[in-house]
Amino acid sequence: MKEEYGLTQDQIDIQMMTRDFIRKELPWERIKECDEKSETPMDVVKKAAEMGLTSITLPESIGGAGMGEVTNSLVLEELAYQDVGFATVIGACGLAYMPIKIVGTEAQKEYYGKFIVDGSLAAFALTEADAGSDVSAGRTTAVLDGDEWVINGTKAFITNGGLADIYTVFAVTDPGNGTHSMSCFYVERSCPGISIGSHENKLGIRLSNTTEVIFENVRVPKDHMVGKQGDGFKIAMMTFDRTRPAGVGAACCGAMRSCIDKCIEYSSQRITFGQPILQNQAIQFKIADMEIKYEAARALTYKVAGMIDDGVIDSALASAAKAFSSEAALEVVNEAVQIHGGYGYSKEYPVEIIMRNTKIGTLFEGTNEVQRMVITKNLLKASGII
Amino acid sequence: MNILVCVKQVPDTTEIKIDPVNKTLIRDGVPSIVNPFDAYALELAARIKDKDPSTKITLVSMGPPQAQNALKECLAVGGDDAFLVSGREFGGSDTLATSYILSTAVKKLEETQGKFDIIFCGKQAIDGDTAQVGPEMAEHLDLPQVTYAVEADVDGDMVKVKKEVEDGFELVGVKMPCLITVTKPNFDPRYPTIKSKMAANRKEISTIAFADLEAIIDSTRIGLKGSPTKVKKTFTPEVKTGGVRIHEDTNADSAKKLFAALTADKII
Repeated sequence: MKEEYGLTQDQIDIQMMTRDFIRKELPWERIKECDEKSETPMDVVKKAAEMGLTSITLPESIGGAGMGEVTNSLVLEELAYQDVGFATVIGACGLAYMPIKIVGTEAQKEYYGKFIVDGSLAAFALTEADAGSDVSAGRTTAVLDGDEWVINGTKAFITNGGLADIYTVFAVTDPGNGTHSMSCFYVERSCPGISIGSHENKLGIRLSNTTEVIFENVRVPKDHMVGKQGDGFKIAMMTFDRTRPAGVGAACCGAMRSCIDKCIEYSSQRITFGQPILQNQAIQFKIADMEIKYEAARALTYKVAGMIDDGVIDSALASAAKAFSSEAALEVVNEAVQIHGGYGYSKEYPVEIIMRNTKIGTLFEGTNEVQRMVITKNLLKASGII
Repeated sequence: MNILVCVKQVPDTTEIKIDPVNKTLIRDGVPSIVNPFDAYALELAARIKDKDPSTKITLVSMGPPQAQNALKECLAVGGDDAFLVSGREFGGSDTLATSYILSTAVKKLEETQGKFDIIFCGKQAIDGDTAQVGPEMAEHLDLPQVTYAVEADVDGDMVKVKKEVEDGFELVGVKMPCLITVTKPNFDPRYPTIKSKMAANRKEISTIAFADLEAIIDSTRIGLKGSPTKVKKTFTPEVKTGGVRIHEDTNADSAKKLFAALTADKII
């Protein structure tokens, strides 16, 4: 990270210690092994949690680092440099906590935050099989019975689904009420009636754990509702406005920087026609284009992250950072594989994993088509058309 | 427990090159790190603190102002307080003068930090590789010393030290107060946590200057004039290659083969 971003000494230190940590603890051979088995390296996750990487954005008063989205971006970029899947496991804790951070009560912040500070993982359970981008089509319900909400339904594609000790769950409380039909809850894994469904066998980010989470007559006390009844959709959107830059934008930046470093290393060693392929302008231009895309994505991502830390929330810019970074990352990794030639297509070289990992960026936290809907809607609003 | 850990900031010798003409180290652009053996020493101290949380760990380093960075790193992984012995008067000190200055600083520190039960040092710094400062400090301070430790457990008024020797390990009991130098154990030093790192950044590092020690230090024993070491020449030793390994089924056969080889080359 260059000085123009105006990082504090704390931020530089956190970035460097994360870099040092992840490169030592999650070397390439380990990533390859976990990728093949689709397995989360829990020993490394545990150490990361002990260091405080899962609780970066939690308030200091409850044991977090009290840092904002710029610092969170720095950490997720470093983790994603090594593996986007691993970064996703860690980043999902901040995502799951975000609704509580925005609209939760002090007691909820403390109760939920303690799980993460003590080393447990958290999961954000919004998506359902038939409700992805169209989140308001969710069919999981929560019905009030005396002093308890009774939750029924199946959540799909849940990051940390099988690993989390606490879930942030969105369920319909007011059916037929459009975007005001859902509410947000938190549910402990220990509640009777929760089971983990199938583990997704994914194209990439295979170090992350993605499962169904099934709720069958799960009873939670009334105080487990986060924010107001019927505000679930709004809370989910407010969450994404704040998590898209770090969670997706910065992670994609990490993947891009990893590609650039690997291409410089490979092309300076790979000899064809008697010289390293790096001597060819064709390769140099590719690497320059990769760097241009990386720096542009990073500038946008950190700008939006900084605005969030300053309390300026701009949905369209958050969507722009997410969409731009994830698409730039796909272009960069495509060239990275090209530079590696046939070796880039082999599982013996890291760019193969990075290519599969990077595709997730245009899909999760809303597809890039949804991001464009957000951006245009904001433009039309600003020009008074809607 | 009241523990002092001595720390040196050194160039990262894995990235250092030697000037082929002058035979001196090219230090330009080489990152500075905490001497790895000192990091192990701090880890042994931190492990004592894990068992007895009332333990206080003080850090001391001698060096230029930027050595503060090394102390800050150490504050994030177990250190409670840090002091930097720094001043022009101390410049040019060899190991004898350095150990004298540090031991004088220890006496000064004990006025405010209390008497130290254990002083930990790395076995040597990776830049000079002398392994002299720790043992010399023990002599200046008249403390019993154990060198090349890989484990240290407090037991009553003793420290039980597992120390490396040429063909294995020795277990040594040493009465406190004592000085222990530490070599590479079979574990890595702990990582800082984000909170400990941020707390370390906020800690004040006090400087111990010449003026602070003036009353108790002999100024003829410090700096260049207090350093009897004279460097005549530095050179890169010739790299020896090859060598013959004799490993027969029995020792007697190996001896016979060695004898045959030595006589054939007319060495014996």
